Amino acid sequence: RALRGGRSSGGAGSGGGAAMDLFGDLRRMNKRQLYYQVLNFAMIVSSALMIWKGLIVVTGSESPIVVVLSGSMEPAFHRGDLLFLTNFHDDPIRAGEIVVFKVEGRDIPIVHRVIKVHEKGNGNIKFLTKGDNNEVDDRGLYKEGQNWLEKKDVVGRARGFLPYVGMVTIIMNDYPKFKYALLAVMGAYVLLKRES
Amino acid sequence: LRKNVEDFTGPRERSDLGFVTFDITADILNGKMSIFDWNVKQLFLYLSAEYSTKNNALNQVVLWDKIMLRGDNPRLSLKDMKSKYFFFDDGNGLKGNRNITLTLSWNVVPNAGILPLVTGSGHVSVPFPDTYETTKSY
Repeated sequence: RALRGGRSSGGAGSGGGAAMDLFGDLRRMNKRQLYYQVLNFAMIVSSALMIWKGLIVVTGSESPIVVVLSGSMEPAFHRGDLLFLTNFHDDPIRAGEIVVFKVEGRDIPIVHRVIKVHEKGNGNIKFLTKGDNNEVDDRGLYKEGQNWLEKKDVVGRARGFLPYVGMVTIIMNDYPKFKYALLAVMGAYVLLKRES
Repeated sequence: LRKNVEDFTGPRERSDLGFVTFDITADILNGKMSIFDWNVKQLFLYLSAEYSTKNNALNQVVLWDKIMLRGDNPRLSLKDMKSKYFFFDDGNGLKGNRNITLTLSWNVVPNAGILPLVTGSGHVSVPFPDTYETTKSY
């Protein structure tokens, strides 16, 4: 019995032929082929995860790639730009650097520039940030009563950037239907792809 | 790269506040060529003051910044500028501090790629006076 072979136009009319072929394929696959496809899919997902974890280790940052969400750093960065971060422990924080930080208790990371640094002899640093496009510094964004940021608040330092690429993430966030549709299409493609 | 300053300090609440006026003459180059090549979108220039105090081994305060877009003249000739941001110390370390170093640096923002931070050659050391000014003639 041939498991593979040319696609015979088994009974499906010309209209809707492609979709019928796909489902035809699905039914013709036996269990072993299905498991094989699922494993293929799992391998792709695991590889992607491994690459991401590897990046986290190599850069020292919990989130080595971030998308710019606001216009507070224009005209340098716009909403939808992608930033690449590093967070090496021995890298000192210096005025002028672009840092991505999280305010205690808030999930959203903020990308702004360091404008003031006070470092003690023992390495204790406190610093103040401000968005290039903002009139005032970030004290209004920090926690109630907090006047400075510390090393522990830093997610990473911006080392490189790509414009526009992050827009996909923003669209997926704002229009969840788009995200599900994209996932469904990707899932269908991987599961049904036949190596001939 | 040249800066000239005159300054005085005044206390605000409990921290020293410094006032600095400066001139900047600068030519931003990348080696011998203009810094604005095909992959440079803009420069973020900033003047920072670096000094040490009893409280803190290292302090850096950005006094002034400017965004220079591709197409702008890479020559700067600014006179009698006042600092854009308040020059507060974390404590009272400005009074009598003889060594405040002012440096001009810039962040190169490419169209895509690495974001380097460059420090200009040439910096100026300024001393702050030993006494506070009581009148604010800024």
